[in-house]
Amino acid sequence: MATPITQPLTKRSQVVSQKRMTLMERIYLPAIIKGMGITLKHFFRLRKATVKYPEQLRPMSPVYRGMHVLKRDEQGRERCTACGLCAVACPAEAITMVAAERRKGEEKLYREEKYAAVYEINMLRCIFCGDCEDACPKEAIFLTDRLVPTDYTRGTFVYGKQWLVEPLDPALRVDVSKRQPKAVAEFKKDRNFAHNR
Amino acid sequence: MIAIVIFLVALLLVTLGVAAYATYAERKVAAFMQDRIGPDRAGPFGLLQPIADGVKMIMKEDFMPASANRWLFFLGPAIAMTTALLTGVVIPWGGTLDLGGTAFTLQVADPDIGILYVFAMVSIGVYGIMLGGWASNNKYALYGAIRAASQMVSYELAMGMSIVALVILTGSLSLNDIVEQQRAGLWNIVYQPLGFLLFVICAFAECNRAPFDLPECETELVGGYHTEYSSMKLGFYLFAEYVNMFISSAVISTLFFGGYDVPFLDGLGLPQNVTVVLGTVGLFLKITFFIFLFMWVRWTLPRFRYDQLMDLGWKSLIPLAILNVLLTGVGYYLKNGI
Repeated sequence: MATPITQPLTKRSQVVSQKRMTLMERIYLPAIIKGMGITLKHFFRLRKATVKYPEQLRPMSPVYRGMHVLKRDEQGRERCTACGLCAVACPAEAITMVAAERRKGEEKLYREEKYAAVYEINMLRCIFCGDCEDACPKEAIFLTDRLVPTDYTRGTFVYGKQWLVEPLDPALRVDVSKRQPKAVAEFKKDRNFAHNR
Repeated sequence: MIAIVIFLVALLLVTLGVAAYATYAERKVAAFMQDRIGPDRAGPFGLLQPIADGVKMIMKEDFMPASANRWLFFLGPAIAMTTALLTGVVIPWGGTLDLGGTAFTLQVADPDIGILYVFAMVSIGVYGIMLGGWASNNKYALYGAIRAASQMVSYELAMGMSIVALVILTGSLSLNDIVEQQRAGLWNIVYQPLGFLLFVICAFAECNRAPFDLPECETELVGGYHTEYSSMKLGFYLFAEYVNMFISSAVISTLFFGGYDVPFLDGLGLPQNVTVVLGTVGLFLKITFFIFLFMWVRWTLPRFRYDQLMDLGWKSLIPLAILNVLLTGVGYYLKNGI
């Protein structure tokens, strides 16, 4: 029979003592006064843990996964071709889209012959996992560090293209470079992914 | 006569005002002790928070369970609030003012049995909680009510006993006499340290404050006796707790800390009215400290278990209180004879 292992797993383990409390301990009051001293010390501590949220923001991770953006390319054309891979990849089934064919004269609006006439993300279903971003072959959809604002009704959380597509104005474009660190950019230089650029 | 009415109204307003700001202070104290900031949105430093809370309470839906006893359900918070407010009339809030020749004492009534009146009102206050909890027709509310009743009965014994020792010393049940004696001599805390400790512990229990807040302990009983209450009826219950806290602090200050007596103030030779007003200010400072003590203890100690509560009351506090009575009696006999 193997001898049981008696070595403690951590150095923090202590022998529990069941000894009776001494009179001083049973009076409680010294312990209570000690405890009140601790709370009083915290009472006068100037450094508070509170973050005054709307005015004061906590630092966010550069790769925070918040509200999505549908990117345009350098010429302001929508990158999305409504292939539906993001919707397939989505584990929460939050994305729906309706594809449409590009007409003549719309070449300045859409990058390829097919585009998403309707593109909706239900922000209440979305779990912000970022799988849509991974799945996108056109680098059209990205998660950003913007937060989805709160609202009173459920319907308003279905975000259509008017909220998702980034503005045309170059000054108002949504910067996703933080989500594209060096390694990712390097990876995308691969010829096999040239269609992405 | 008109002066008395004005004083009564002022007393009511001050009591309600202090209680309202005690809710604000409670949240601030809690926050500061937990390294937070607390309410700071309504007005500067959140000072309008009590008003916002009050508006919220009134605007909420006033719901009554279908199977509740209608009248008792109404009566519960009414009794709790009324008895809490009634106690203030016998407390001497200050000395005698000189209003253009007529003397006016800052005490609405000075019955010979002032302390007993306070105890009577506090005891009736239990009915508010009992009736409210019972009338809700809800298990948790009933549990809370039963706990409240048994807790208050248990701790009232020790409380009364600690006062008996005080009364042996003073020889009077009138609160004004007790204060005047302390003004002449030393504060009662010097003679009755144990009695003071017992009284404060029992006062915590009587106010249903932590660590004795078993009647409403939210982790076990949802909300305790006020589980089924909503809107301003709930507000009255919660508010009554703060009024009780204010009155308890006033009673503690009066009985053990000299009431409106401020040391060395009489020797300064100030005009009488100024002295009286400063005395009242002193009383309110003492009250503020004790309200802070109530909150300080609440945010330090965890809640007792129910059997621990009963053990403490019956096996520790009552024997200690009896011992205190005995010691005081012996001391009084040795000093003064019979």
